[in-house]
Amino acid sequence: MATEYETSADYIQHHLTNLTYGRFPNGDWGFARGQEDINSMGFWAINVDTMFWSVSLGLIFLGVFSWAAKKAKPGVPGGLQNFCEYAVEFVENNVTQVFGARPNPIIGPLSLTILVWVFLMNLMDLVPVDWIPHAAALAGIPYMKVVSTTDPNATLGMSISVFVLVLYYNFKIKGPITFGKGLVTHPVPHWSMYWFNFILETVDMLAKPLSHGLRLFGNLYAGEMIFILIALLPFYAQWLLSLPWAIFHILIICLQAFVFMILTIVYLTQAHETDEH
Amino acid sequence: MESSLILVAGGILMGLGAIGSGVGIGILGGKYLEGVARQPELQPMLLTQLFISLALVDAVPIIAVGISLYMIFAL
Repeated sequence: MATEYETSADYIQHHLTNLTYGRFPNGDWGFARGQEDINSMGFWAINVDTMFWSVSLGLIFLGVFSWAAKKAKPGVPGGLQNFCEYAVEFVENNVTQVFGARPNPIIGPLSLTILVWVFLMNLMDLVPVDWIPHAAALAGIPYMKVVSTTDPNATLGMSISVFVLVLYYNFKIKGPITFGKGLVTHPVPHWSMYWFNFILETVDMLAKPLSHGLRLFGNLYAGEMIFILIALLPFYAQWLLSLPWAIFHILIICLQAFVFMILTIVYLTQAHETDEH
Repeated sequence: MESSLILVAGGILMGLGAIGSGVGIGILGGKYLEGVARQPELQPMLLTQLFISLALVDAVPIIAVGISLYMIFAL
């Protein structure tokens, strides 16, 4: 498949470049034609393929689940209803196990959305690496990166949204004063060490969303990279390597979606814990 | 010169990260087997906990791999 590209580095580069729409330095808006264009755009750019695939997969998730919920009836459930009920029950078990039975309207739906959405976005990794980009190239679209979670903008966007929720619940449940007190008194409860505690807690707090998003990004990026490297081999060797890696990758896909959900629940639980311990 | 230094840096990033997580995941899996051998009825709960801590241990080297691959191919 690497015949249209001059070198294998070009091929890899092409498959790792997002379709970016943004503002050129001279003020025009348009699609970037390469990495240099993307670098020159800076902040005023949006990865169209990431947005397209993540939003459409999110709509598929919402459509399928609401369709199954509307169609659900008492009696023996069908296949789709079984699947949806299994997903909802799985999330419910995990939420009650970690979060407990506190009243919170958002954590259950949020966890279900994160689990299924991240899973669907990760699942695009199992589509052979050349199908969609090649079809898009035939249709005149130069770049197409199908796996949204291999774009750090998407994963960090999700983890920062969770972080905003954590801050919101910290303020709402604990109140600004208790929250501020927790920031300065936590590891060493002595007034002379408050500055040290504050630095430690701030780093701890900021590292959470960063590692939360980069974990998902790193796993999927590395996995996608290995698929692309396998695609560079001659065709008779690809099957031999791609199959075991794809089977192993199924585990990674489910595990990363699950971990992203569990960590969201854990962080939100921490924001709800009011008592000292 | 500069690009070859990036390759060396990427190799060091991936390798050193893998050493630490290899030891960590080894200990984690060993302890999990010990726990299951002692109390087989706790196995489902322990498996969940194992996956959570596995992902936490896994994060650092996988972030290193992601960053090094990014450095090698996207920079």
